[in-house]
Amino acid sequence: MTPLQVIFLITAAVTLVAALAVVTRQNLVHAALFLVLSLFGVAVFFVLLEAEFLAVVQVIVYIGAIAILMIFAVMLTRKVASDDTVAANRNAGWAGLIAAGLFFILVIMLSAWSGFYTQAAELSRPGVDTADLGQAMLVELGEHLVSPQAYVIPFEVASVLLLAALIGSLVIAWPRIKKEA
Amino acid sequence: MEFLKDPVAFIAGLLQNLSAALNLPPAVESILGTVIAVVVVASFGLVLVIPMIWVERKVAARFQDRLGPNRAGPYGLLQTFADMIKLITKENITPDGADKVPYNIAPVLSVVSVVMIWAVIPFSAIWIGSDLNVGVLYIAAVGSFGILSVLMAGWSSNNKYALLGAFRAVAQLVSYEVPLFMALLVPILLAGTMSVNGIVEAQSYGWFILAAPVPALIFFISSVAEIGRTPFDLLEAESEIVAGFHTEYTGMKFGMFFAGEFLHAFTISVLTAILFFGGWRGPGIEFSPLVGFFWLMAKGSAFYFLVMWIRTTLPRIRIDHMLAFNWKVLTPLSLVILMLTAVLDKVFAGDPLRVPVLLAANVVSLFVTLWLATSVSKRQQKDLQTFPTRPVAVPPASEAETSA
Amino acid sequence: MLDSWLFIGIILLIAPTLPAVPILITRFTAPSKPNPIKQETYECGMETVGETWVQFKVQYYIFALVFLIFDVETIFLIPWAVAYNKLPLFAVVEGVLFIMILAAGLIYAWRKGALEWS
Repeated sequence: MTPLQVIFLITAAVTLVAALAVVTRQNLVHAALFLVLSLFGVAVFFVLLEAEFLAVVQVIVYIGAIAILMIFAVMLTRKVASDDTVAANRNAGWAGLIAAGLFFILVIMLSAWSGFYTQAAELSRPGVDTADLGQAMLVELGEHLVSPQAYVIPFEVASVLLLAALIGSLVIAWPRIKKEA
Repeated sequence: MEFLKDPVAFIAGLLQNLSAALNLPPAVESILGTVIAVVVVASFGLVLVIPMIWVERKVAARFQDRLGPNRAGPYGLLQTFADMIKLITKENITPDGADKVPYNIAPVLSVVSVVMIWAVIPFSAIWIGSDLNVGVLYIAAVGSFGILSVLMAGWSSNNKYALLGAFRAVAQLVSYEVPLFMALLVPILLAGTMSVNGIVEAQSYGWFILAAPVPALIFFISSVAEIGRTPFDLLEAESEIVAGFHTEYTGMKFGMFFAGEFLHAFTISVLTAILFFGGWRGPGIEFSPLVGFFWLMAKGSAFYFLVMWIRTTLPRIRIDHMLAFNWKVLTPLSLVILMLTAVLDKVFAGDPLRVPVLLAANVVSLFVTLWLATSVSKRQQKDLQTFPTRPVAVPPASEAETSA
Repeated sequence: MLDSWLFIGIILLIAPTLPAVPILITRFTAPSKPNPIKQETYECGMETVGETWVQFKVQYYIFALVFLIFDVETIFLIPWAVAYNKLPLFAVVEGVLFIMILAAGLIYAWRKGALEWS
């Protein structure tokens, strides 16, 4: 057991337990805080995969913006002292059965795939020694994002998508803004 | 003498001798070295807070033409210790209905989010906790934990004022992160790397303040707003909202919020020095890493003095003014300056005119912003109703009759 | 690369102990005389009226939402900024176009009055 595997297993356990707590907790604010914990676990996974840029992006965007939005929504619409009973879903049993079935199917399919048992190759680039590899990959990501042969169209479309999201959310909130102004 | 010239290498050598004597495997030795480095870096910040609180109180007092603490020990130097001992002996009152777990985690999380920033700060060319490739972004990520701690503190106190204070605090913190990130993009752009040490090393030809004064200003102002200092300290203003999100915290838990805020103020001063003013660069750094460390601390202290100066001089800004300033002045300015810097730096790349042109563009955009802001406020004042004569209060005629 | 993150991992484990130690010390040094009046919620010396909740002001949510959009925009711009030195002017203009599209969004929000704190 390499130390990396130990760290991975611990992080996986924490993430899964936190994710389970998100869906089973009755107090919604506690659920939101457990969500933050599981998102942090995902960020640790990204670090273990040597994708450090994605790890910090995960923390900044998911924990620093999306989780805060969710916590705002929960806190602004709930009263503190009352325990909100989330009605138990009638179909919880069937859902659990189907989820377990899907899980077993996935495990069987993955165990039949040879890639599951091979160690991932070390990341490398020609002409770059491993110490500067992280920096070189970031530069490469940047070049590809704006290169006409690579991903410039999705890059610009993403900005239009963000603009649409901004306008859409303001349109939805517009009656309330007008009411409070 | 060896120790003075490079204490870190000296201690590393001691560690190697120790592990050779005890026959430790290399993995354990490296982990032990890392743990010792972590303890040094993490406690550095917290140990620094103790004299810093004294400096803050003395400087604030002198600005206000009074003496400051001078009873506890010579020149009041032991004042911080006295305060700490007092806070330790205060009873920990937990309000009823408070959510125990977030209530206790919030002060710890708030301090942790600041201490973890020190892991990537380069104290010298070779002294750095961990030279991450994404150092600057890591600093921004760790800041978001501070926001979470504010929300947790406000929510778990089961107090309307704390909750309201927490929401306003988060609205302020979250709004000021936008120009902060935009201003952070400019040194990344000029240096071509996100690594903090890389940004300092890229300033060998000249500090980034010369090429980007407006982003430095935006970064500084946004950081002062992020730490919740005057003029942006609406969150803790006693006259406004009792004590904001930490109303229900007593004793050492409050002390931790307090210490965390001071450390955060010093941290952003050091960050301004690193990102725009050359960090550990300065004359004489070839002799010893200690000289670089000295330069960094000197520059950081200069900016911390600036933070204290602003705090004791400016009045508090109202929340709607503060948010309007952020979204209508800082954010557009930061977007414009980012676009200008990106285009001009590429057009004049390699040209010796590059830095003067960037500097000129910065100054022009700053003046245009100031002109726009003053003309808008002048127009708003003209729109206000003006009286030809000063209105005078006249008692109604019926009252004069009844009294007579 | 993972060695530098090992430092971060260890400081993540050790850093919480530093503020926790003084707080735990107070367990032993602080007096503990609980009293129902002391533990009441603070409301400027008066008794609390009603449940603890905050009136839903859509402004809080709008600011967080606009921040989210600009946050994601910054994330997209970061690789562009890191690769800046190697990019031709054409690529830099593409990035500027990205920023301008989102600046249009900011102007829209401004004109709609979504950025007012009423």
